[in-house]
Amino acid sequence: MIAINQIHKSYVTGQNSLHVLKGIDLQIEAGEMISIMGASGSGKSTLLNILGILDNFDSGAYYLNGLKIDRLTERKAAQLRNKMLGFVFQSFNLVSFKNAMENVALPLYYQDVPRKKRNMIAMEYLERMGLKEWAHHLPNELSGGQKQRIAIARALIGKPKVILADEPTGALDSATSLEVMDLLHEINATGITIIIVTHEHDIAKRTGKTIRITDGNITEIILN
Amino acid sequence: MFEIDKWQEIYSTIRKNKLRTFLTGFSVAWGIFMLIILLGSGSGLENGVKEQFKGGANNGVWISSGQTSLKYKGLKTGRQIKFTNEDYKSIKKTIDGYDRISARLFLGNKLISYKNEYGSFFLSPCHPDYGFIKEVDMVQGRFLNTIDIKEFRKVAVIGEKVKAALFKGADTSAMGKYVKINGVIFQVVGIFRDYSRNDDEQKRVYIPITTAQRVFQGENVINQISFTTGDASEDEADLMINKSKALLAKMHTFDIDDNRAIFVWNKNEEVRKFKALFSGIRLFIWIIGIGTIIAGIVGVSNIMMIVVKERTKEIGIRKSLGATPWSIVALIMQEAIAITSFAGYIGLVLGVGLLELIAKNVPPSEFFRNPEADFSVALMATLLLILAGATAGFFPAMKAAKVKPVEALRDE
Repeated sequence: MIAINQIHKSYVTGQNSLHVLKGIDLQIEAGEMISIMGASGSGKSTLLNILGILDNFDSGAYYLNGLKIDRLTERKAAQLRNKMLGFVFQSFNLVSFKNAMENVALPLYYQDVPRKKRNMIAMEYLERMGLKEWAHHLPNELSGGQKQRIAIARALIGKPKVILADEPTGALDSATSLEVMDLLHEINATGITIIIVTHEHDIAKRTGKTIRITDGNITEIILN
Repeated sequence: MFEIDKWQEIYSTIRKNKLRTFLTGFSVAWGIFMLIILLGSGSGLENGVKEQFKGGANNGVWISSGQTSLKYKGLKTGRQIKFTNEDYKSIKKTIDGYDRISARLFLGNKLISYKNEYGSFFLSPCHPDYGFIKEVDMVQGRFLNTIDIKEFRKVAVIGEKVKAALFKGADTSAMGKYVKINGVIFQVVGIFRDYSRNDDEQKRVYIPITTAQRVFQGENVINQISFTTGDASEDEADLMINKSKALLAKMHTFDIDDNRAIFVWNKNEEVRKFKALFSGIRLFIWIIGIGTIIAGIVGVSNIMMIVVKERTKEIGIRKSLGATPWSIVALIMQEAIAITSFAGYIGLVLGVGLLELIAKNVPPSEFFRNPEADFSVALMATLLLILAGATAGFFPAMKAAKVKPVEALRDE
C-alpha cells in the first residue's frame, strides 16, 4: 500500500538547515495497522505529513497504492487526499461553525456529492459512531471523545485506503482513548490501513507493528 | 457557485463578525451612495441648464447689428450698423442651406390694452419663420403667416401671460378679439406658451414685421436676422455664418474681423460647449465616485485578508479533506462579492431614494431640476459592484489558496 525509499527532508530557516528525515525506508502492506513512535522532534510528524501528501520531501521515492507521489500539482494532491486518505488529528480539527453532520459530510462536498445525499451518508456514519442524536450539535457542545469519533467518521466517509492518525488519543482521557482505539481496530478489520503516530506505549502496543524513529532514522521495528 | 452550502458558510462567518461586516459593507455602501448622488446631481445640473436652452431651435443662428470697433476703408469706428430689409433679402437669396429665416425688429416694450385692462409688453415683429426658429409653442390659433406679411395685416400672437393680464373675468377668450398696441388696433389670432423662465419671453407679442415697420417706424430698418441651419454639419453651419458675415460686411462696409459691428449667436455652438462641459463634469463625477468606491474596495480587501488569516486553520482542514486551491479561491471570492454586492445595493437604493426625494420636494430652480439616476447608471453601478467585490476578494483569495495544510494545521 505504502512504499517509501530513502526519503530525505530538511527544513531551511534562513541560513540554518534542519535535516529532519535522513533516508527513511518503509513498507506498509494493505490492511496493516502500525504505529510510529519517537520523541518530539524526531521527525515522526513530518513523516506522517509526507505520507499524507500534506508536505513534500527533498529526495527519495514515495509510492501510494502503486502511484508515484512526486511533484504533484496542488489540485492533484487534493484529489488524492480526498479519495485515498483519511486524517485524524490530536486536536480533532473540526470546523467550528459547522455541526457534526456537516463536518462529517465535508469530504463528500469536495467530491461534488449533492447536499441531501451527503448529509444522509454522514448520518449513517454518525449512527455507526453512536452519535446520531448529536448530529446537529456544534463541535464546542461535544466532549473530546465525541469530537474524535466525529473526526474519525469524517476520515472514513470518503472510503479511504489509508487512515493517518496524528496522536489521536493525545487529548483524551484513558477510558476514552481505549474506546477510540477499539474503534480504529474495528475500522482496520474492514481492511483499511491505519498509521498512528503516538508517544504512548499503551497505544503503540495495540497496533500490529511499531516503528521507532530517532533523529530522522528508523532505529527499531517492533512486532507487537 | 450558487450552492446553498457556500451561502450558509458565508452567512455563518458574517454572523460571527457582525460589526466588522457592517463597517466593511458601510464603506462600500457609502461609495455607491456618493456615486449615485453625484451622478444624480450632475444630471440635475444638466437638466437645469438644458431648460435654460429651451425656446429656440438648437440649430438657430442669430445675427444682430452693433457698432464698428475697427477702422475700415477710411471710415471711423463707432459707426452704428443698421440692417435693412435688403440685408434680409440678400441673405435669403445668397446663403445656401438655411431651413428657416426671419428678420426681427426691436421696438422694446409697448403699451397694450384691451378694454380697461392694459400692460407693457415686449413687442416682437418678425417673419412667420421665426415661430420655427424660436420654437414657439401654440396653445390656441396660429402663428403669423405669409399673407399677414404681404398684406400688412394688423394681427398679433400673444403669450399666455399677456392673455392672462389683459383678458380677465368673463372675457376669458382672447381669440379674435382686438387689442390696442400703442393706440393701433390689432386682432389676436394666436396664443402661445413659452417654456423659458425669462419673464420677457413669456410676456411677448409677435406681430408681422412689415406691419410694424409701416405702423411704428416708417422705414425699412431691421435689428436682427436669424435662421436655422437645417441638417447642416457644424462645418457647413460655420460656412453659412461666415458667408452671411462677409455679405453683411460688404453691404455695410465694415471689417469682417470686426466682432462688434455685428454679433453672431450660434446656438449650436453654445449647446456644443455645454455638452462638452457636462461630459467633463460627468467624467469628473465618475472619477470621484470610483475613487470613493476604491476606498471601499480596499476596506473589503483588508477585512478579507483578516478573514483569511483567521480562517487559516479551517482552510488547512479543508485542504487536508481534499479542497482544491480553486475551491478555496471561490469560497473567499464569493464572500467578498456577496458583501460588496449586498452593501452596494443598499447604497444604490438609498442613493436613488434620496434623489427621488429631492426631485419631489425641491422646486426646480434655474440651474437645478429633476436630479435622476437612470437605469444605465444603476446597471453600471451594479457591474462596478461585482467587479469591486471580485477585486476585493482576489488578493485575499490568492493568499488563502497558498495556505499550506501542514502549516495551517501546525499552529495549535
